Amino acid sequence: MAEKKSTRIAYGEALAKLGAVDEKVLVCDADLAHATMTANFLDKYPDRFYNFGIAESNMMTSAAALAHCGYTVFASTFAVFGAGRAFEQVRNAICYTKANVKLGCSHAGPSCGEDGGSHQAVEDISLMRTLPNMTVLVPADATEMEKAVFAAAKVDGPVYIRTGRLPTDICTESDTPFEIGKANVLREGKNIAIIACGIMVPQALLAAEALAKEGVQARVIDMHTIKPLDEAAVIAAAKDCGAVVTAEEHSIIGGLGSAVAEVLADGMNVPFERVGIQDSFGTSGKPPMLFEHFGLTDHHIVEACKRVLARKHCA
Amino acid sequence: MEQKLEKKARQYRRDILDMLYECQSGHPGGSLSCVEILQALYENVMKYDPKNPHWEARDRMVLSKGHACPTLYAILADKGFFPKEELKTLRQLGSILQGHPDMKKTPGVDASTGSLGQGASWALGYALAGKRAEKPFNVYCVTGDGESQEGMIWESAMAAAHYHLDNLTVLLDHNGLQIDGSNDQVMGLGNICAKYEAFGWEVCSVDGHDVAAITAAIQAPRCGKPRFICCNTVKGKGVSFMENQVGWHGKPMNQEQYEAACRELEV
Repeated sequence: MAEKKSTRIAYGEALAKLGAVDEKVLVCDADLAHATMTANFLDKYPDRFYNFGIAESNMMTSAAALAHCGYTVFASTFAVFGAGRAFEQVRNAICYTKANVKLGCSHAGPSCGEDGGSHQAVEDISLMRTLPNMTVLVPADATEMEKAVFAAAKVDGPVYIRTGRLPTDICTESDTPFEIGKANVLREGKNIAIIACGIMVPQALLAAEALAKEGVQARVIDMHTIKPLDEAAVIAAAKDCGAVVTAEEHSIIGGLGSAVAEVLADGMNVPFERVGIQDSFGTSGKPPMLFEHFGLTDHHIVEACKRVLARKHCA
Repeated sequence: MEQKLEKKARQYRRDILDMLYECQSGHPGGSLSCVEILQALYENVMKYDPKNPHWEARDRMVLSKGHACPTLYAILADKGFFPKEELKTLRQLGSILQGHPDMKKTPGVDASTGSLGQGASWALGYALAGKRAEKPFNVYCVTGDGESQEGMIWESAMAAAHYHLDNLTVLLDHNGLQIDGSNDQVMGLGNICAKYEAFGWEVCSVDGHDVAAITAAIQAPRCGKPRFICCNTVKGKGVSFMENQVGWHGKPMNQEQYEAACRELEV
């Protein structure tokens, strides 16, 4: 079994590494430093860390001001607060002014588990994707997260980075390339394409393995950047494979599935299905049971692929 | 409040009326009430360089009540941040002068505000940066009283005291009115000075149309705390039929009203 590590742990470790090489990096948190893991940075660079207390709106706007004084500011809280509660601050202070603020938002999706629906952001990707000037990253695993943090620091403007609480499978290598806006094909295939992001990427790889045993070769695309979306990779997947399934730990409304659908609707008439949360809130439970409950497992991806393949072969 | 307005203050008011009449929209009442507050800041207090608006050691001014931006634009033009001819383009497509302050479009505007409450957090962030800068700077924030109903005002007030930001001054343009009526009718502020004091700020009250008094309040010695100055003002100040009238928060003038207002402001 693959090594497991949460993306939030990798996020905190990456911030501490980044702090060592870039003294212009400041980190802000709203009393969640030991959950978002910005505490890793706090321990090493306390004079470059601001705790705003439990006041996310204030933190986001102040982070914009700090950024406009020449700093690269990472502001962290839970995704439901960063993208949700402080949405208008992220919009008007950070995105409208193209402030150099990176939002590292954790505990996204049902994988945050027992805390329940109030804390499981299922709409953050959707909210952040609609904002002009915003880049949206959903790294597949801990290895990719470190690269995402360093890449985000190089972007001149706002970046949303989605992180998770649950230790999940490492499915990329340390030498796997990471370029914002450029999807990674992790497995080649010509029969169907599975486009996934975040912790659904390792699930997509498991699904592809299962499909291979039945003679179906699935291409697995790690779409770590939701915005700007690698449209060429989506079009190539549709042309080469003739069938597409998306998989995300997020609502099927407005997230990766929607972004891919927008590209496909622009002239690519291929059978298509979205694996994700079917327009509902989360709920308390152990993550594996929640994945089963919300249809977020490798088996659900396999079933979706089979339905799409049936449509492809009828056509 | 019957003393004759100073010549410069009358000129800024005339500029505001010209701008708002030209675009037939915008907010006269709250623009006219904060003229002397901004005048004190830009004439007596702040360090800035109109030729280098992004000078890193400049003092920052955040107009948190962003709808009063015609006042800021009149002063910035007067100080040479951009040509005065730009003023007549206010609120028009392609203008550098947006309906609410936009730091990306207007030289001299330090924060994009207008979404009420946010300016106070902008000022907080700038004050934190001012404390860690090689060349420290001061930060001034002009808030509105209706705006003080926003939660962010109090989130940032708590944080400013926590971080001992004595480089931060909030000036409240306390004209007592907001869109739906008086503060007391809509959502009473209670004792606003006592509230800031309880949050750990130094507090004082001044006549908000007395430039010298405002200047003195800003420049009084500091004691390690952020400062709150309650500037008692008259909404619509300088135009008799607008003074203390709720209806002039955001109403365009017709020709007759514009001409009458201009006559009142003649030198």
